[in-house]
Amino acid sequence: MSEILRVENLAKSYDGFQAVKGVSFSVKAGEMKALIGPNGAGKSTCFNMLMGQIKPSGGDVFLDGKRITGLRPRQVWRRGVGRTFQITGTYASMTVIENVQMALISHNHRIFSLLPRARDLYRDEAMALLDRVAMTAQAERPCSVLAYGDLKRLELAIALAHKPRLLLMDEPTAGMAPSARIALMQLTADIVAQEGVSVLFTEHDMDVVFTHAHHIMVLNRGELIADGNAAEVRANPQVQEVYLGGGMLFKEIENA
Amino acid sequence: MGFFFAQLLTGLSNAAGLFLVASGLSLIFGVTRIVNFAHGSFYMLGAYFGVTLMGILPDYLGSHVGFWGSIVLTGVIVGLVGALVEIVVLRPIYRAPELFQLVATFGVILMIQDLALMSWGAEDIMGARAPGLRGVFRIFGEPIPKYDIVLICITPFILIALWWLIAKTRLGILVRAATQDREMVGALGVNQRWLFTGVFALGSALAGWGGALQLPKGGADLLMDMNIIGPLFVVVVIGGMGSLPGAFIASVIISVLNVFGVTYMPQSTLVLMFVVMAIVLIFRPYGLLGKEEVAGEHGQVGAPEAPIRPFGRTGRLAVTGLLAVLALLPLVSDPFLLVLMTDIIIFALFAASLHFILGAGGLTSFGHAAFYGGGAYVAALLVTYAKAPMEIAFIAAPIGAGMLALVVGWFCIRLSGVYLAMLTLAFSQLVWSLAFQWRSVTRGDDGLINIWPSDWLSGQVPYYYFTLVIGAAGILFLRHVIHAPFGYALRAARDSARQAEATGINVKRVQYLAFALAGALAGLAGGLFVFAKGSVFPTELEIGKSFDALIVVFLGGIKTLSGGVVGAAFMATVEDWLTRMEYWRLMLGMLIIAVVILAPEGIVGSARRLGERLGLIKRAEAEE
Repeated sequence: MSEILRVENLAKSYDGFQAVKGVSFSVKAGEMKALIGPNGAGKSTCFNMLMGQIKPSGGDVFLDGKRITGLRPRQVWRRGVGRTFQITGTYASMTVIENVQMALISHNHRIFSLLPRARDLYRDEAMALLDRVAMTAQAERPCSVLAYGDLKRLELAIALAHKPRLLLMDEPTAGMAPSARIALMQLTADIVAQEGVSVLFTEHDMDVVFTHAHHIMVLNRGELIADGNAAEVRANPQVQEVYLGGGMLFKEIENA
Repeated sequence: MGFFFAQLLTGLSNAAGLFLVASGLSLIFGVTRIVNFAHGSFYMLGAYFGVTLMGILPDYLGSHVGFWGSIVLTGVIVGLVGALVEIVVLRPIYRAPELFQLVATFGVILMIQDLALMSWGAEDIMGARAPGLRGVFRIFGEPIPKYDIVLICITPFILIALWWLIAKTRLGILVRAATQDREMVGALGVNQRWLFTGVFALGSALAGWGGALQLPKGGADLLMDMNIIGPLFVVVVIGGMGSLPGAFIASVIISVLNVFGVTYMPQSTLVLMFVVMAIVLIFRPYGLLGKEEVAGEHGQVGAPEAPIRPFGRTGRLAVTGLLAVLALLPLVSDPFLLVLMTDIIIFALFAASLHFILGAGGLTSFGHAAFYGGGAYVAALLVTYAKAPMEIAFIAAPIGAGMLALVVGWFCIRLSGVYLAMLTLAFSQLVWSLAFQWRSVTRGDDGLINIWPSDWLSGQVPYYYFTLVIGAAGILFLRHVIHAPFGYALRAARDSARQAEATGINVKRVQYLAFALAGALAGLAGGLFVFAKGSVFPTELEIGKSFDALIVVFLGGIKTLSGGVVGAAFMATVEDWLTRMEYWRLMLGMLIIAVVILAPEGIVGSARRLGERLGLIKRAEAEE
């Protein structure tokens, strides 16, 4: 499998504090890869550097072999990277379908168009995307009244609008009920399987991680301490040290 | 050398008063995050109370104790007035967007203006001289008023006292903590309500002292409140909002610059101040000592905005009907009503252009009059100097205003929230000062006159139709743009800038172009205005004009598409009726404050809510 994303020596320091210390990894085409680690390990900083929300202090990011380090989020998006956020950022004053249409309008370079009505543009494509996440029934509802789980699904539909090759999902299931978590990640896994999109996600729910991720990376204090499949990561003594300390199982940590 | 030094000292003594007032404003902003536009009113109250007390106290306490006692007591009284304003007007709206607070404090300005007029009359009052300080010192042979020297000596002590209060006392620690994290301070058991009231009272007292201390150099008049707002906001913007040392440095820079400006460039004293501000902001967008602020601290008021829809059948019928009525109006109405309607349409277009960036864009511009008056001046200048025909000049109005908005927007759109608001205000003052002071071109407050429309449009009725066609087309165009992809992108940028950026939308560019478009449409309204009146004066560029439009948009309802138009019609009618009363500002001020607190969704929003409750309008979405 070919590499879609390669990260080399990515680093970020704030006033002398090194949040991320020279992290290197890659994501292969069509894989679902998880980035886990305790709170404060630097996951979100890492993520924000990939898409350009934060400028790295060192290192490089390559998308399909092309350097994208330091590009702005919208430029990274144009190169085929979609993103969902830990706290959803949908447009509250628009309907569900308009949220998706907005991404399609942007993708088709028609943001500055003054003539057509936005609500008439790309409706069918938007509806098809909503169908993918089973949200068609709610297409005309205002976004502000959606349940949280539905917002998450809508966000996924928006992130898929420009047919991305890579999807970055920051804690996709945070704040959701356990059953909804599994449903959302199953949906994501199906999309990965059908369209060959690669997904890199951070997650706290170890059930989700070990069920769906093909490969898992563990970040601790800004350093990557493991990168492999589920069995390898479980067996890694450093990971056990960080996560288990006294010898608890992943499940127990989750419930603690 | 002596002259130079004397100039410097005069500048420093002027800085004293300015710093006092600015430090109060900065202090209030730092803690409460409220931009108190009524701060100039407290300054004016300080002058009036000072004059009154200086007329009474010296008889009982002797001239020295009486004079200085009056100044001290003035601060206390103004501080109490400030506390009253804070408790009654501001407490209910701390969490509201900054526009609500602006409008509320503007209501306070109007009320204080009329209360001052009632209490002290319309005549300017001369300030009392400071006892024992009437003469001059000779420094390098130049006469320097003794009072100036005293002021220069007092100021550092005030700065140190304030610094000590903030840095060393328990109250100061609480104030600084509240500046950083209000909720945490509240959670730690501090009664932040009274902390806020206390800070607001102190800030007002400082403004009052500023007003009283300048009395021996000037006096008290009813224009003081508005006249100081320009320099005041320039100082706070240059120094960095919330920074006391910043306010001090900026006060000194601006005051010294002003004095030298008066000597060497008497035509451009006002402009100079704003040019300095622009230069500082190019390099330091948050002022000399200001820190970058993350906007979005303000919460929402009322329900989130409902999704917008194009006109349905009813809406289209209503608009067609209204246009038909307006088209038939000249057949039945008297000339006076026609003039009023022309004014209303022009104002509605102006308000709709502000509503576009304010409502759909979420960009609070406090200086929109710059583009309205700017458009009017562009047309008037072309007619006056280039002898341009009316048609050319009229088309140039929106183009010129749009270009002006591109320049101003380049500076302003980099910022957001209250910083954007302050900067647009300062730039509109820059444009105003150009019109006011560049007499050789703009003829200052004599204005540009004899700007009449071409023959085919002259006369009440033809020009009314012209205004109706252009105004309606402009308003409907703006409405269409809101429904177009560009308008959607603008609302997307407002709703979630992060999400917009992460889906390919260049947020700042969208906002920049929207700002320019709104400026151009305001300029179109200005073009209509100048040919309707046949003249234009700097008043069309004043802060008051910008505030009028803001209040109109606010009254109509920010979250509703028709808010600007409905607000303009309402305001024009109410003003027409109110201004016949003697103290109409007081009434209007109270009305505005009442709307802010009681009906924050504006006329259209409140009417819709009422309709929903009565079952007349279908709800956009039933709550689950």
